[in-house]
Amino acid sequence: MSSQDESWFDDAAGPLIRPYTVTGGRTRTDTFGLDLLTLVVAMTSSAEAAQLPPEYARVVRLCQQPLSVAEVAAYLELPLPVVKVLLSDLIEQRHIIFRSSQPVTAAPDERILQAVLDGIRKL
Amino acid sequence: MASGNSDTPRPGNPHRRNLSATTLKLLIAGGFGVGKTTMVGSVSEVPPLHTEEALTAASASVDDLTGVERKTTTTVALDFGRITINPELILYLFGTPGQDRFWFMWDELAVGALGAVVLADTRRLESCFPALDFFERRGLPFVVGVNCFDHAHRYGTEEVRSALEVDPQVPVLLCDARDKESTKQVLTTLIQHVMRTSRDLART
Repeated sequence: MSSQDESWFDDAAGPLIRPYTVTGGRTRTDTFGLDLLTLVVAMTSSAEAAQLPPEYARVVRLCQQPLSVAEVAAYLELPLPVVKVLLSDLIEQRHIIFRSSQPVTAAPDERILQAVLDGIRKL
Repeated sequence: MASGNSDTPRPGNPHRRNLSATTLKLLIAGGFGVGKTTMVGSVSEVPPLHTEEALTAASASVDDLTGVERKTTTTVALDFGRITINPELILYLFGTPGQDRFWFMWDELAVGALGAVVLADTRRLESCFPALDFFERRGLPFVVGVNCFDHAHRYGTEEVRSALEVDPQVPVLLCDARDKESTKQVLTTLIQHVMRTSRDLART
């Protein structure tokens, strides 16, 4: 662990606003079971997003087209737990809608697998 | 299929906001530095994306990377890519974290995955053992891709198969993770293996 008398400067100190500051320190309010592949899309336009707090506005502007939760985290350069909290808040406020990825128990459908196979061959 | 509040679209929202696409994922596993992200990048339609799952401070004390132990938080890096098969079908390729101690992340990644590629480096085959063990235990179909580094001694696939002690039905093939056609061959072999495995399961 870090010694108490050590000082960090510049880059070593990290971003001035720590990631969890934007979520008010919350990490576990994910009530919607969002996972890496949950698709999300904004129901609020980029223009309307200007009324939201900056971090929320960034999410809404990014999600004008459907994206997975993993992609949202990657493009915003924020850790996944933080992004899940931001998205959960936006879902509650109806700025964002979501759709879960396939249920865990679902066996892969032969037609879907064939489509994946054909798709990869065509790359 | 769980849904959000998608029953109340606001008027004027264009069709592109529909969320009917199916998302699928494949995992690319193997030891640190074996070429997982390179393989993802060789077929992804976007440059490999990067995200992080934050770990608690407690795990930092067991971090064996010199110079990192002073960090109060550490993160598990995830690299992934995307292939839009068609507007209704999106395939994501996730590289698994290289270090074994991130098992909790492997669990989340493996849930709902179609299958996995275990990338092996013949110079240190043992680095892919944890991945093999993990997928065998979970019953997730996988293929072994032997990444042929430029200066590495080329072994035959049967030599690698016997060294890894994988089941005879598990495909083992040589590949070059930098090469798109080679990665496509690995992925099509994997999907065919997944199809065979699910047909076999349906029969029993």
